[in-house]
Amino acid sequence: MIYLDYNASTPLRPQAQDALLAVLGMTGNPSSPHRMGRDLRSLIDRARKEILESIEGERLIFTSGGTEANALALSNAKGLPVLVSSIEHESVLKASHNPTLIPVTQEGKVDMEQLDVLLSSFSQPGLLSLMLVNNETGVIQPVREVACLAKAKGWMVHTDASQALGHVPLSFKELGVDLLTLSSHKCGGPIGVGALVTKKDFPLNPLIRGGGQEYGMRAGTLSAPLIVGFAAAVKEALKDSSVQLQRWQQKIETSLSAAVVYGKKVFRVSHVICLGMPGVSAEIQLMAFDLKGIAISAGAACSSGTMKASHVLTAMGLSEKEARCAIRVSMGWKTHEEEIDRFIQEWQYIYAQYQLKEAS
Amino acid sequence: MERPIYLDYQATTPCDPRVVEVMLPYFTQEFGNPHSRSHVYGWRAEEVIENAREKTAKLINADPKALIFTSGATESNNLAIKGVAYFYKEKKDHIITCVTEHKCVLNSCRQLEQEGFKVTYLPVQPNGIIDLQHLKEAITEKTTLVSIMAVNNEIGVIQPLAEIGKICREKGVLFHTDAAQAVGKIPMDVEAMNIDLLSISGHKLYGPKGIGALYVRRKPRVRLVPLISGGGQERGMRSGTLSPSLCVGLGEACAIAHEEMVTESTRLKVLRDHLYQVIKTELEEVYLNGDLEQRIPGNLNLSFAYVEGEGLMMGIKDLAVSSGSACTSASLEPSYVLRALGVEEEMAHTSLRLGLGRFTTIEEVDIAAQKIIKEVNRLRDMSPLWEMTREGINLKSIKWAAH
Amino acid sequence: MAYSIEVIDHYENPRNVGTLDSKDHTVGTGLVGAPACGDVMKLQIKVNPEGVIEEAKFKTFGCGSAIASSSLVTEWIKGKTIEEASTIKNTTIAQHLALPPVKIHCSMLAEDAIRAAIQDYKEKQKAA
Repeated sequence: MIYLDYNASTPLRPQAQDALLAVLGMTGNPSSPHRMGRDLRSLIDRARKEILESIEGERLIFTSGGTEANALALSNAKGLPVLVSSIEHESVLKASHNPTLIPVTQEGKVDMEQLDVLLSSFSQPGLLSLMLVNNETGVIQPVREVACLAKAKGWMVHTDASQALGHVPLSFKELGVDLLTLSSHKCGGPIGVGALVTKKDFPLNPLIRGGGQEYGMRAGTLSAPLIVGFAAAVKEALKDSSVQLQRWQQKIETSLSAAVVYGKKVFRVSHVICLGMPGVSAEIQLMAFDLKGIAISAGAACSSGTMKASHVLTAMGLSEKEARCAIRVSMGWKTHEEEIDRFIQEWQYIYAQYQLKEAS
Repeated sequence: MERPIYLDYQATTPCDPRVVEVMLPYFTQEFGNPHSRSHVYGWRAEEVIENAREKTAKLINADPKALIFTSGATESNNLAIKGVAYFYKEKKDHIITCVTEHKCVLNSCRQLEQEGFKVTYLPVQPNGIIDLQHLKEAITEKTTLVSIMAVNNEIGVIQPLAEIGKICREKGVLFHTDAAQAVGKIPMDVEAMNIDLLSISGHKLYGPKGIGALYVRRKPRVRLVPLISGGGQERGMRSGTLSPSLCVGLGEACAIAHEEMVTESTRLKVLRDHLYQVIKTELEEVYLNGDLEQRIPGNLNLSFAYVEGEGLMMGIKDLAVSSGSACTSASLEPSYVLRALGVEEEMAHTSLRLGLGRFTTIEEVDIAAQKIIKEVNRLRDMSPLWEMTREGINLKSIKWAAH
Repeated sequence: MAYSIEVIDHYENPRNVGTLDSKDHTVGTGLVGAPACGDVMKLQIKVNPEGVIEEAKFKTFGCGSAIASSSLVTEWIKGKTIEEASTIKNTTIAQHLALPPVKIHCSMLAEDAIRAAIQDYKEKQKAA
C-alpha cells in the first residue's frame, strides 16, 4: 500500500515511538506529589520546554489535539467579533461564533485588501484566526503580515499551524501572533495530543475545567507517553529537509500536464499537491487509486465521509463540479521515489481510461 | 533505586501489560486517520475503533452507538454537564450535584453559575453518601440534570445509583454520573440504573492516559451542545481525530475488567481489610473516612490523629500514596471531600488515602502497614498534640495562636 | 514536593525532640500554630541565670518543612542568649532549608515559636 495522505495523519516516527514506549510503562499521575508522579512531571516539563524553545513560544498548553487547541483558542472570542479565513479547517470554522469570513484569492491565499477593509469595518476589535498552511492546497498564508495589521488594530490573533511544523520555518515570536495551534500526529507524533502555544499570560476561557492543570487553562491528567512522543516528533520534524519533497512535487506537476494544480502560483509547502483531474469525480479517483493500492484523499479527512465539495476550493472560486474533481496528495518522511512514480503512472492511467470512455 | 510500593491506584493505574500489548501494533506498524474514508488505512483504523467502542459499551451495558470517545473523564464531565445545560437552557436552567464531586464537575458547575445557571450542591452524610430525600426535594421543574459521581475518588464511597436513577426518571430529569472510579471495579449498568450520561476514564482502569468516553443515552435521546466542534466525529458530539491505539487500549482494559471484575474485587477486599485490620490493631486513634461497606474494595482513607499527612507521607516515601492534607493539595486547603463528611480540619490534615489495585501483593500490603505504623508512632512522639492529649488536655479548649 | 537535603536530614534525624518541665520557672514554652491549619509547634527553652539558653526542645505537628524548621531552630538557639535568639529571622531559616515559597510560612511559625517561648520565659521570671 502506498500512503500519500500525510495531511490526514502521519506515520509515527521511530524516535517518537521510542520515546513513547519508554514512558508507557511508568506508573503514576503527573499531578501526584510522590516520586513517581514527580518523575513523570519532569519528563513532561522537559518536553514542554523543548517544544517551546524550538518554536520560540512563550507558554504551551497541552491539549488532546489540534481540534481541541483550536476550540480553546476560539473560545476566547466569546461575545467579540470573529474574523476567520474562508479556508480554515473545520475545527476553526465550527468553533467560531458568528464568524465573518475573510475571502481568499483564486490561488487560495488570503485577500489582503479585503482583509484590511474587514478589519476596519468593525467597531471593536476581536479575534482573528488564519491558518499558516492550508491543509488541502498547501498554500502558505501571510500570517506575519496579517498579524501585524490586525494587532495594530487591537485584534487578538490565532494561527492554526498544524500543517506548518516541519514544512515552513516556524517561530511564534516572528509571526507575532497571540495563539498558535500544534498537532502531534501531523508531524510524526502520536494521535491524542496537541498544543496551544500562547503569549506568556494570555487570558483564555478554558473549555475543560477541573484540577487546575496546564496553568488552570486545561484540566485533566496529562499523558507523559503521548507528550514525550510529541516532543520527539517535533524535534525530528524540524530536521526534515524539503528538498526531496520539492523535487517530487515538481515531478508530479510536470508529469501530469493534464492535471490542474490548485494554488500553484503562490507560495506552497512542498509536500502537498491539490490536483484536479478534469471531468473525473474525486470519488472515482479515490476508488481507482485504492484499487491500485494508493492512499490519497479528497478534501480534508473528516469531511471526505460526506463527499461534499471542499469548502477551500469553492472559496477559491471553483465551481462545485470542478471542486468535486480534486484530490489531495500529501507526502512525508517515509515516502519513496518509487511511490511517487507509481502515483504518476496510476493518475495517467485513470485519466486515460476516462478519456477512452468519453470518446466511445 | 527501588521503585516505591504503589498504593495510589485512585490517582492512576498502571497500564496493564495486556493492554500495552494490544496497543503496540497501532504505535509501531499501523497508522491512518480513522476518519479517512478513502483508503484501507482509514478503514482499518475505523474498524478497530468500533471494536473498542463495543467492548467499552459492554462493560456498562450500553448501546455502542451511544458511546463517544473523549480525551478522558475530565473532558467527559465538562461535556456532559455543560453540553446538556447549554442545550436545554431555554426551558431549564437548574443543575443538581453534590459537594464531594471531583473538581472538574464542581468547576464546570461554577462556570455555569457564572453564566446564569442555578446549581444546588447537595450535602453528604457523614458516611459520604447523599441523602435521597434531599435529592428528591431539590428537584424542580427547572432542573435539567442531576450529576452525582458513582464512586468518590478520595474515599471510595459508592452512591446509590439505581435509586438516584429511579428518582430522576420519575421526575423527568437527566442523570449523569462521573463513573471514572467505578467502571471496571463495580458492576455498572446504564439500563438498570437509569443513567443517561456516564463518564469513563481510561487510566483509572488499567488503560492508557489520554482517552476516556462519555455514554450519551439514545433512547430516549439526550442532546448536548458539543464543547469541541469541527470535523463532526463521534456523531457530531466530539470532533477531533481519534487515536486507534488509545481507543484499542481502552477497549481492551474494559474487556479485561469485564472478565476479571468479580475475582479482582474479592481479592482486593481481602487485602484492603487486612491492611485496615493490621493498622487498627497496632495504632490508636485511627479513623476511617467514609462508609466501609458502601465502598470500592481497593480504597482506604484513614485519619491518623495528631500526625500531619504530608509529614507522614514524607516518612513513608517508599510508599506512593496520597493525603488529604492541605500541603499536598494545589490549593493549600485540606481535602474538601473530607470536610464535606464533617471531618474536622485538623483530622483532614492527618489523612492518608491508600488505593490498592490489580498488581498489589500481600507482601506489599504488609510492608506498607509496618512502615505506616512505624512512622505514625515516630511522628506522634514528635507531636505536641499527641503529647497534650496523653496528658488529658482537651485540644478544643486551647486558644490557638493561629496566623 | 522535592525537599532539600537539609529538610530531609532534619526530618529523618530531628534534633532535640522532647519536653522540658513547663512548670520549671527557668523554662519558657511557646505553642504556636493551630491544628486546623495543619501546623502546630511547641518550642521550649531552658535559660540559665546568665540568660543563655542551655537547653531547647521541640515537638511539631506539621509537614516535613515545619518539622525541619523547628528542629533547626532548637539547634541554633542552644548556647545563645535570649536576646540573640530573638533576632533569628524566618528568612534565614528558610534560606538554610531552601524552602520553596509555599513553605515559607513554616519558617515564620518557627520564628514565632522562639518569640513565644522567650515571652513565656520572661513572664515567668517576672512572676517569680
